[in-house]
This record gives sequence, structure tokens and C-alpha cells, in this order.
Amino acid sequence: MKFLLVEDNLDLANAIASRMRQDGHIIDHAENLGDAQAFIEVGEYELILLDIMLPDGDGRTFLAQHRASDRDTPVIVLTARSQVSDRISSLDMGADDYVTKPFDHAELEARCRAVLRRRSGNAKTTIELGKITFDPVSGQMTVDGRAVQMRNRELRLLELFLNAPGQIFSKNKLSDRLFSFDEDVSENAIEVYIGRLRKHLSGSDLKITTLRGIGYRLDHVE
Amino acid sequence: MSNSVEVSGSLRNRLVLTLIGGAAVLAMLLFFAVRSYAVQVAQQGQDSILEASVASMLDAATIRDGAVELDLPYSAFSMLSTSADDRVFYAIYQDGTFLSGYEDLAYSEGQPFETQLMRGSDVRTVSASRTMIGADLRTDIQIVLAQTQDALSETLDQISRNVALFGIGFFALAAALSFWATSATIGQLDKLTISVTRRGPQDLSPFAKPVPQEMAPLVKSLNSLMGRLDQSLSQSEDFIAEAAHRVRTPLATVRSYAEATLQRVDKEENREAMRSMVKAIDESSRAAGQLLDHAMTTFRADHLERDDIDLVELVAELVQRLTPIVDMKDLTLTQNGDGQVPYAGDPILIQSAVRNLIDNSMKYSPVESAITITVAADPAPRITVCDQGPGFPSNEIETLTARFQRGANAATTIGSGLGLTIAQDVALAHGGALHLTNQPEGGACVTLSFSH
Repeated sequence: MKFLLVEDNLDLANAIASRMRQDGHIIDHAENLGDAQAFIEVGEYELILLDIMLPDGDGRTFLAQHRASDRDTPVIVLTARSQVSDRISSLDMGADDYVTKPFDHAELEARCRAVLRRRSGNAKTTIELGKITFDPVSGQMTVDGRAVQMRNRELRLLELFLNAPGQIFSKNKLSDRLFSFDEDVSENAIEVYIGRLRKHLSGSDLKITTLRGIGYRLDHVE
Repeated sequence: MSNSVEVSGSLRNRLVLTLIGGAAVLAMLLFFAVRSYAVQVAQQGQDSILEASVASMLDAATIRDGAVELDLPYSAFSMLSTSADDRVFYAIYQDGTFLSGYEDLAYSEGQPFETQLMRGSDVRTVSASRTMIGADLRTDIQIVLAQTQDALSETLDQISRNVALFGIGFFALAAALSFWATSATIGQLDKLTISVTRRGPQDLSPFAKPVPQEMAPLVKSLNSLMGRLDQSLSQSEDFIAEAAHRVRTPLATVRSYAEATLQRVDKEENREAMRSMVKAIDESSRAAGQLLDHAMTTFRADHLERDDIDLVELVAELVQRLTPIVDMKDLTLTQNGDGQVPYAGDPILIQSAVRNLIDNSMKYSPVESAITITVAADPAPRITVCDQGPGFPSNEIETLTARFQRGANAATTIGSGLGLTIAQDVALAHGGALHLTNQPEGGACVTLSFSH
């Protein structure tokens, strides 16, 4: 997906950008509202991540202008404010959602997807591999044209593998991506999800291989 | 803040008393002025009749054969007749010698009209003289004529009665006017009071409605006070926002870097350190967030602002917003009950309470379990959040809502323990209560009830 990140704190912007690039997203970074305006006039973005406190103005002003123009790129506001504060009027100002800093990247991604799902008019970004099609936004997978129902964690696991077929993922890396840091996850929890994913993939030409003591890998069996 | 005001006297009473007192004095003055004028006019009338009568008597005097002859004309008496049959006395003197009539009527030189007491009643006397010149005679005829004043005092009584009635009427009218004027004046103050009272706790805008000139200084100082209050409130709100921004932005930076690094690092020790870092950041930001939430809840609960809301819609909104997070944990969040449950309350507070309850349930829910929210209208509006977790420890169910208290089984779960306290504060502010129960089939239920 292609994001525009409007954030004046360079450190934070770099951190967010590098984290999102790891997931294969394209990120443009604007440090202020002026730059942001220039970016959206030139490029097409699927989503805008907008900070509220910016050096050359309030992010909500930008939001209002953005909504007044005929662009309908969804906007997720990044705010440092308290959730109860009635100053979170960003939703009324036309933001599609907001996350409070500091945020979990998995949550940010989940929110981005939820927003994109609601705006179903957007072009589908389907991943196709062998007999499988997968739409990360809607979270729908078909095996041989047959729709398969999966839970959220199974979907995320599948997406990780589909983004890097042939790459080896260690158990720990997978569980860090699947579980939030406040959850107590047992060593074997990931095996449960791998087992389920294998079941969903049965009948396709994709296979998850266990490399004992190293991790797992998605293989495309010709 | 004390709501009692030391009261000294009443503007309304003072105004009414002053105006009525003034009206009473004016009515009395009017009465006496009109009455004395009437007395004067009536007296002048009697005097001129007496004068005419005595003149006609003197005219009747003639000198015949060197002697004065006086034949009292009938008309001189008939013009004196009154409705009250006043009595008439006269005395005739010639050069100071009493000739005829009532001797006790003395002639007074120089003062034509006098009022004196005669035979038990007040009489008005007129003295007049005429110098008669005959062939070899020159003599003065003096006549004193007196008349009782019964008719006059009857007339005066009647006038007094009418004037008194008029005075009372005037007084009554003035009193009514003073009540009206007082209410109209005080009414302006009442109007100002009502418009101050009706304001919401957030409304610190200046008064725009026109007020009478005399109240302008008061309203001006009120406006300036509100201005300062607004400024200091927004300053402290800005300060909190600024502080949150300053703290949370670097936290967000650290967290994002730590997460990104975690993806690249393979050595398990380093990974564990990164995880601990992220966990600590989450814990501190969550605690800071809850403390801010709690402060905000306390503030809003003190100045409860009630809006007409639909609890079902409010919960639905919240469920929609929380669904992405709930999904990530493979939990399901479902809302039971449809239709509408209208209630007048603070939507921000209620959402904050329910969000905290759902947060709690999410923390304790086992993998792939369900959280259900039920909104009901009877017997009182209430929102119940149930999970399929371990439930509350039965011996602690009473003490759990006390501030900062966490259950014994919560050792492994992140949270500052303010969630239930916030929910309870919100319930109490709306005249309701927070009930903790365990379901027989397992799982905790928290009911947030409100009163109308």
C-alpha cells in the first residue's frame, strides 16, 4: 500500500516509515502541512496518516480542507491526546479513524485495513500465488476459487508468508508479529496457528515446511 | 466552592418601600394642599356674600329729620340663607354706640373679616361702616354682621372626603406602579441570573444579549471574569495536551524503533530486551493515559452535562471502533439488543466507561472467546459487558472498584487498575451504580446502570 505520513517529529517519522517498509508498504513523508499538500497534489495515496500538532498549523485544518476538496483519500489521525478528551473532534472533522501515540504497528495496520475495507470503492490489492488469491484488505482468501474463512491471526500469518515466499521465519519472529506484547504467549502457540494454516491451505499448491530448530517457510510446490 | 451567599437586605423590598413611602407622603401633601385651598375658596365665597349683605344694609341707611333711619332690607338677609340654615347675627353702632342687634358682636376697626366664637359656635364676622352726612349732621354708622359656618363646614367635609378618596386612589395606583416598576427592574437581574444558570459548564463565552445601561458594568466584569476563566482553563487543557504530546511522541518513537529493530535482530537475548522495552513503554503510556482519563472523568463528572443520546447507537459506535483491535486478538465483540435506549447523559463519559470495561474484558479474555455487550432499557437504562474469562475472584468482588486496586489474578496483565474506578465514577455521576458479577457458566459481567 502507498501511504503519506504527515509527522513533524523526524525520529518518529523515520521509525514509523522503516517499520512500515518492512511490511512492504511505500511511505512518503511530509514534515509539515505545506509539504503534505504538495505531496497529495502530485501523488496518489491509499491512506494518509496525519499528526495533529504540526509546525505550520493544526492537522485538523488540513483535514477540513482535504474533505472540502474532491479527494476522498482516507485519513487516520495520529494523536497524542487523551482518549476521553472532547478535543478529539478529528472524527467529526472527517478523519476515518485515529490512533493514540504510542501505538502498536499491528493495531495501526489493522485500523488502516478496517478503514480501507469500509471504503470498498478502492482498487483491490490481491496477492496471487499458485492456486491462491488473497486480498489483505478484505482478508479474503480463495483456494482454487473456493472461499476460505480464516481468523484474524491466521490471515496475518498467511500474509507474512505470502509477502516473502521461500523466506524462513523463526518461531519467535512469527509470534512477535502475531501477538501483542501484553499477551503471555506459550512457546507452542505458534504451532497451533501453523497447523491451522496448513489445514486452510490443503488442496492448494502451497505448503508450509517446518525446518526443525530454525523455523518455517512457505513453499510453492509446482 | 461554596454555594451559599451572605444575604443582606433585599433590593426589591428596599425599592418597594421607598416608592410606596414616597407615594404615601405625596398623597398626604396632596390632601392637605387641596383641602386648604378649598377652605380658602369657600371662605372667600362666604366673605363676599357677607360683604354684599352688609353693604346693602348700609345702603339702606338714610338721614331723615336729622336722625339716622335704618330699615334693614329683606334682601340683605335672604342672600345669606344657606342649605344648613345658618344663623345670622348683626349689631348696629352709631359712632361707637350700640343701636340695635346683638351687643356682644363687637365692631373691629381695620380688620373687616374675622372668625370668632359666639354662643358656642364659630361665626364669620364682617365689619363695615358708612359715614353719613346730613344738613348739619355727620355721623358714622357701623354694622357688624355674623354668620355661623355650618353650611361651609358641610361643604368642606364633602370636599375633604372626595380629596381623601382621590388621595387613596392616587396612593393605590402609585403603589401598584412601584411594584410593577420594581419587578421590571429586578426582572432584568433575574434574566441575567437565568442566563448564567442555564449555561453549560463548557460555555464561557461572553454575554451578547443587550442589558440595561446600569447593569453594563456588572456584565462587563462578569464577561472579563469568564474570559480569564476560559483562558486559564484552555491554558491548562493546552498544557495537558502539550505535555501528553511531549511525552507520547518520544515514546512512540522508541516503540516504533524497538518494533522495527525486533524484526531485524535474530539473537534471542536482544529480542527479549526489545520486547521488554516495548512492554514497558506500553505499560507507562497506558498508565499515563488512564490517569489522564481519570482526571478528565472526575472533571466532567463534577460538571455533568447531559445530552440526549441513544445508548445503543453510542455502544455500536464504540464496538465499531474497537473491532480492529478485538479482531487482532481473535476475539469477537458482539452487541445484543436493538432498537433504541434513549438516555440523557454525558456521551464522552459513558463511552469512556464502556471502553474501559471492554478493555478490561479484552485483557482477561482467553483466545478466541467472545465479549458481549448488552444494552437494556428496563428497569433502568444499563449496559452490561460480559466475557468468557476467569471471572472475578469471589472474595474480592467488593473491593475491586476501589481506586488502583487490582485483582489477585491480574499479576500478568498490563493495566494501572483504574478502569473499573473510571466506570464506577461515571455510573455514580449519572446516579447509577456499577455491579460486578460472575456468570454461572464462567466469565465476568460488569453492569453499568444509570438512573433517569
